[in-house]
Amino acid sequence: MNHLDTLRGALRSLRANRMRSALTTLGIVIGIAAVITMLAVGEGARRQVAEQMKSLGTNLILVLPGTVTSSGVRLGGASRNSLTEADARAIRQEIPGVVAAAPALRGSGQVVYGNLNWATQLYGVDGDYLVSRDWVIASGRKFDDNDLRGKAKVALVGETVAQMLFGGTDPTGQTIRVKGVPLTIVGLLESKGQNVMGQDQDDIVLIPLGTARGRILGSAQGRPDSVGHITVKMADGSDMQAAEAQVQALLRQKHRIQPGQDDDFNIRNLSEIVQAEQASSGALSALLAAIASVSLIVGGIGIMNIMLVSVTERTREIGIRLAVGARRGDILTQFMVEAVTLSVLGGLVGVGLGLGGGLLVQRLFDWPVVFQARAVLLAVVSASAVGIFFGWYPARKASRLTPVEALRHD
Amino acid sequence: MADTRPLIEVEDLARTYHVGEVEVPALRGVSLTISKGEFVAVMGPSGSGKSTFMNLLGCLDRPDRGRYLLNGEDVSRLGPDPLSAVRNRALGFVFQSFNLLPRAAALENVELPLLYAGVHAHERHRRAMEKLALVGLAERAHHLPSQLSGGQQQRVAIARSLVNAPALILADEPTGALDTRTSLELMALFQSLNDQGMTLVLVTHEPDIAQFAKRILMFRDGRLVEDQPVAGRHSAAAMLTGAAA
Repeated sequence: MNHLDTLRGALRSLRANRMRSALTTLGIVIGIAAVITMLAVGEGARRQVAEQMKSLGTNLILVLPGTVTSSGVRLGGASRNSLTEADARAIRQEIPGVVAAAPALRGSGQVVYGNLNWATQLYGVDGDYLVSRDWVIASGRKFDDNDLRGKAKVALVGETVAQMLFGGTDPTGQTIRVKGVPLTIVGLLESKGQNVMGQDQDDIVLIPLGTARGRILGSAQGRPDSVGHITVKMADGSDMQAAEAQVQALLRQKHRIQPGQDDDFNIRNLSEIVQAEQASSGALSALLAAIASVSLIVGGIGIMNIMLVSVTERTREIGIRLAVGARRGDILTQFMVEAVTLSVLGGLVGVGLGLGGGLLVQRLFDWPVVFQARAVLLAVVSASAVGIFFGWYPARKASRLTPVEALRHD
Repeated sequence: MADTRPLIEVEDLARTYHVGEVEVPALRGVSLTISKGEFVAVMGPSGSGKSTFMNLLGCLDRPDRGRYLLNGEDVSRLGPDPLSAVRNRALGFVFQSFNLLPRAAALENVELPLLYAGVHAHERHRRAMEKLALVGLAERAHHLPSQLSGGQQQRVAIARSLVNAPALILADEPTGALDTRTSLELMALFQSLNDQGMTLVLVTHEPDIAQFAKRILMFRDGRLVEDQPVAGRHSAAAMLTGAAA
């Protein structure tokens, strides 16, 4: 008996009970549709978060000063002035794969223009900072070497600051006052919007590092070249853990820290945040998969139930087939093919509904939805697996009938 | 014919059914032979064991004791799948209730044994059409059983029994669900098949029907009690023309 005949026979008997077949397969349809929609919505959300994470900088390493412990009292994060511009230079020169190593001082202060003022974040930076944080200049220019070396009284301002002080007109060339120091605005930073923590990244004023240290953020920071933190940007595809280890080893060496002594600095890798995020979205996916499997199992039990009814109803048919020479394997195959056909058809309808459902979510809730061929394949494979698993018992029961019993049945 | 071996050799065939704790001996040891070209009617009251005997001859059931040689091959100890193969290749069945697949057209019903014999679609179609033509139903090939009369359905069943060129046709009360005239037509068909050399074994409880056979076996209480040739054999075809005249 060839496969085409078997399939045709299965389709015929499913057609004979159209309503019943449709209702039987409904469990599979709903299960698969749920899988497809959930995976598409989940993947959309995952990609959106991943996109935001990328803007945060997954290939960034943040080096912060260590904490001071004085007579057993720990003074909290970054209470030590252990990092210097020399450290940043060393990182830039000695560690392979470093794109930028930007030392920075951070502070806050009131920015005044005319009769307007605004409190904002002040950053003393060098030329690497724009590179490390992917800042783009919207108008004007970057700091040049003269600005940086000559401690020039210049500034770059973020979009929010420009809005607040200049009402959205181009601030380039204007002079603002920060802590009494007049600074000429040489450029406007392109807007970045909020970061994943909800902070406005555009509420910022960048000043050359020397200018900031000498005139604005003060010399209270101790050593003449100490900095608040160093942002290290690695080339795309770098091994972040290895880079982190290299930075740590280099700084320990430069700070002359003996083996066994604690670091006098802290290293933060932003990819840890991404990993945490991926772990949580992995947990979410597992949850969705669990829900979907429950509905597939319920659907499979429905199929098994109806196949058992069908075997009983068609006992005489089985008897006739056995009488004219069907082997047990032929009967087994016949009922297995029916069960699998039922579940695969259900799976295909479910895929269709699931894709529709995903598009609906996208349209109605403006939610990013990503369809993956992998998910569709997975759905169809699990539908057939359900058919095979739950079709086996009824089919085997059918094939174990003896011809005399089966023919006597009415 | 050079082959002198009997088609069927049965020795001390016995079958006991178990209904719960109770043992019901349906067949208590039957021995007989049937040669090629015979037309045998099996008779007896209900419970006489004639149906059990037919099931054993048809390889639908297996004996508890005794031997059954079909065409010289011992089939009494074969497993389910080899028995299926024997039924497919050597036997044709005609049942009282026709036993056609209700959702398959006449042609597909006739093709069924060939499907399990692994014959290709084209050849299957050709041979099934040939047998349908033989029973006079070529133009009804695409009708469903429900669109055919009882006599026509039984002729489809006969076409099905013939399609794989079996050595033996077993008919279990084939006229039981038919009226007198249709029964006569059916018996005429059986007689003409027998005239062409087909071996037939027919179970019936109607003496009139048994008279169309060449030999009558009488069963009672699980034993063969009488085995004799039919003296004045009737021709169903002649009776049909007689009735028409």
